Amino acid sequence: MSKPVKKFDDDPNTTGHSWDGIEEFDNPMPRWWLWTLYATIIWAIGYTILYPAWPMVNSATAGILGWSTRGDVAAEIAAVDEANAPMNAKLEAAELTAIAGDAELGSYAVSSGSAVFKTWCAQCHGSGAAGAKGYPNLLDDDWLWGGSVEEIHETVTHGIRNEDSDDARYSEMPAFGRDELLEKEEIDQVVNFVMSLSGEAQDASKVEAGAVVFEDNCSSCHMEDGTGDRSQGAPNLADALWLYGGDYAALSDTVANSRYGVMPAWNTRLTEAQIRAVSSYVHQLGGGE
Amino acid sequence: MSNYIKLIALGLVTLFAMIGTNYARDLAYQVHAIIVMLVAGGLFLYTLRHTGGAKQAAGSQQNEYFDSVVRAGVIATAFWGVVGFLAGTFIAFQLAFPVLNFEWAQGFANFGRLRPLHTSAVIFAFGGNALIATSFYVVQRTSAARLWGGNLAWFVFWGYQLFIVLAATGYLLGGTQSKEYAEPEWHVDLWLTIVWVAYLAVFLGTVIKRKEPHIYVANWFYLAFIVTVAMLHLVNNATIPVSIWGSKSVIVWSGVQDAMVQWWYGHNAVGFFLTAGFLGMMYYFVPKQAERPVFSYKLSIIHFWALIFLYIWAGPHHLHYTALPDWASTLGMVFSIVLWMPSWGGMINGLMTLSGAWDKLRTDPVIRMMVISIGFYGMSTFEGPMMSIRAVNSLSHYTDWTIGHVHSGALGWNGMITFGALYFLVPVLWKRERLYSLSLVSWHFWLATIGIILYAASMWVTGIMEGLMWREVDANGFLVNSFADTVAAKLPMNIVRGLGGVMFLSGAIIMCYNLWMTVRKAPAKEASLTVAVPAE
Repeated sequence: MSKPVKKFDDDPNTTGHSWDGIEEFDNPMPRWWLWTLYATIIWAIGYTILYPAWPMVNSATAGILGWSTRGDVAAEIAAVDEANAPMNAKLEAAELTAIAGDAELGSYAVSSGSAVFKTWCAQCHGSGAAGAKGYPNLLDDDWLWGGSVEEIHETVTHGIRNEDSDDARYSEMPAFGRDELLEKEEIDQVVNFVMSLSGEAQDASKVEAGAVVFEDNCSSCHMEDGTGDRSQGAPNLADALWLYGGDYAALSDTVANSRYGVMPAWNTRLTEAQIRAVSSYVHQLGGGE
Repeated sequence: MSNYIKLIALGLVTLFAMIGTNYARDLAYQVHAIIVMLVAGGLFLYTLRHTGGAKQAAGSQQNEYFDSVVRAGVIATAFWGVVGFLAGTFIAFQLAFPVLNFEWAQGFANFGRLRPLHTSAVIFAFGGNALIATSFYVVQRTSAARLWGGNLAWFVFWGYQLFIVLAATGYLLGGTQSKEYAEPEWHVDLWLTIVWVAYLAVFLGTVIKRKEPHIYVANWFYLAFIVTVAMLHLVNNATIPVSIWGSKSVIVWSGVQDAMVQWWYGHNAVGFFLTAGFLGMMYYFVPKQAERPVFSYKLSIIHFWALIFLYIWAGPHHLHYTALPDWASTLGMVFSIVLWMPSWGGMINGLMTLSGAWDKLRTDPVIRMMVISIGFYGMSTFEGPMMSIRAVNSLSHYTDWTIGHVHSGALGWNGMITFGALYFLVPVLWKRERLYSLSLVSWHFWLATIGIILYAASMWVTGIMEGLMWREVDANGFLVNSFADTVAAKLPMNIVRGLGGVMFLSGAIIMCYNLWMTVRKAPAKEASLTVAVPAE
């Protein structure tokens, strides 16, 4: 038999049952517990009268306060939109280059643009805009398609190499290896040459031959000195800043298979004021021209 | 005769699984077919070898309690507990250090695959085995009757382990319905349904043939848990398989109805699996360990029916500010608030049962474990209704606060009460005089308690920080933080959470050692009672 339950003289009565030695006191429910339970029930009835709650035949009771979650959020958005309407109108009317000079408009554009950036751009360019492999760093002054506020605005509006906008910026580097435009040996040589532009080639003996390959195949876009051409989005190869990596393996991959970075057109999702704001924000990050 | 029917059934299942192995449309289904084929084939051979021989002398045990299945359940509970805690600790560090999502393990051991493995391992493997084992123990003792249905109890035990293995392998191989706590696909759901009906039959059969005049309160809770989980499982898994040879299926509910059914299920998985079932555990083991009568019979009736009635309506609070209509969201919220006191009824009854035995807290670390578990129960059942309030939820929803909330409930309440029950059961079931070491129980208690506090506190801090950062706007109403900023800000708290997990896991490993040594080394108890005799 299990151990007998300990009892004291002043214990209340039990219900008289025992299960495996367990008994139950006949204590009343604690009053505070019961009254709190009643209070929550009364509160619940009141709340369901004030707010949408009880389902009826065709729809639910709307609640005498007329409150709804959708109404609530619509009112909040409308209030913000209304408060910002004059500034947004001013932003859309202003010369792009004049925004930064206007203290009030400039700071509005930067805080609005910062929010746009954190919502839509940070996924690729990073929340601090420092970029990642394949996604340009927007803090430096190395621009693929131009770093003036107008050029940034154009890029944001229409994007790069996308299907959304006919005005998207477009250029395409040939896949010299995959499409058999160059021999393996030539790729090896030109990669060594490109490396020599900003540092040391892996194999210095190949640089000279690489220069010839570069002259014949690459210089029409990247220019003879390798400094690139922004009108074609052709990167500067002489500044030691790399989007896809500047070591031998990464460059060989780039020459052989090409790269095709895509950015969406934002005029399908953002207002003109938002595009102008985010352009101003990116422009003032450090590298704006 | 019954063996021949069994042989035919096992043979057919083996054959079907062989065909399934061949025609399987996806890897998860194929692996499941192989597992089923091996299990059914093995059982076929075993049955064949034992058919036609001399009948075992049955009946001699009929007056004794059926404790072997409970012993197996205790072992399974401890084993799956450690597995589940280990998985949880690992994924906690995966969140802090994403590099732990190894490249070579992508597609089966990355965070997304391991997270449901962790939740199901702790809820269904650890919690489920604890519930089945303790309910089998408690219903026999409080009904003074051997488990009904003979070896059906063994079928429930092994069938449930098979369910766990099928569920876990399915998650890792991508066979999932993507429904929280209901991830297993249709073929695994069907198997669980069979096992669960058998479980209900064993439990109810035992209650019906009880020798006590009344049904003890613990059994009300266990029964409510078994019946309601059956209903939830069937409705939330109403799917149509795309093919009988594949794991993919399509749910019959659509859109927001599906979401509502899912969270009606999901919330009541918490309400009936993790609350009602574990209250059953509490109502037996706390008075036993404290050696005092239950505080109030009246309170237990009222809070039982109030809890059962109210919990089932509270699910919509998981879907505030979504496509769910406002009226449903309101009802979910008010039912959650009214649920507060009925939940606390269990806490009061548990804690007040100790009146007259509070001195035991100083000397008995097992009762300390049970008391802190009731404390965490009270805390989480206050926190839950509070978080269901729409205004609070708009801050807390989708943040780590929710994760902290479920863990103070799961680690604190479910974990601690289960540890307490295991410490109670092992000496009884293996007929030992006492536990191997009470000081190891104390170590377990403190490691687990500090671990939970680190976990819950770090998730409060990070959850509230996250919620505030997400909604932070400047004077013009513009967003201040990007999502990635909030992720970066959570790093220190994510590490603290992981350390909390390490402590909780260490405590559980110490417990396993202690229980193992209790069986091996603790002095045997003479003439302990295993014969079913009504207490009064």
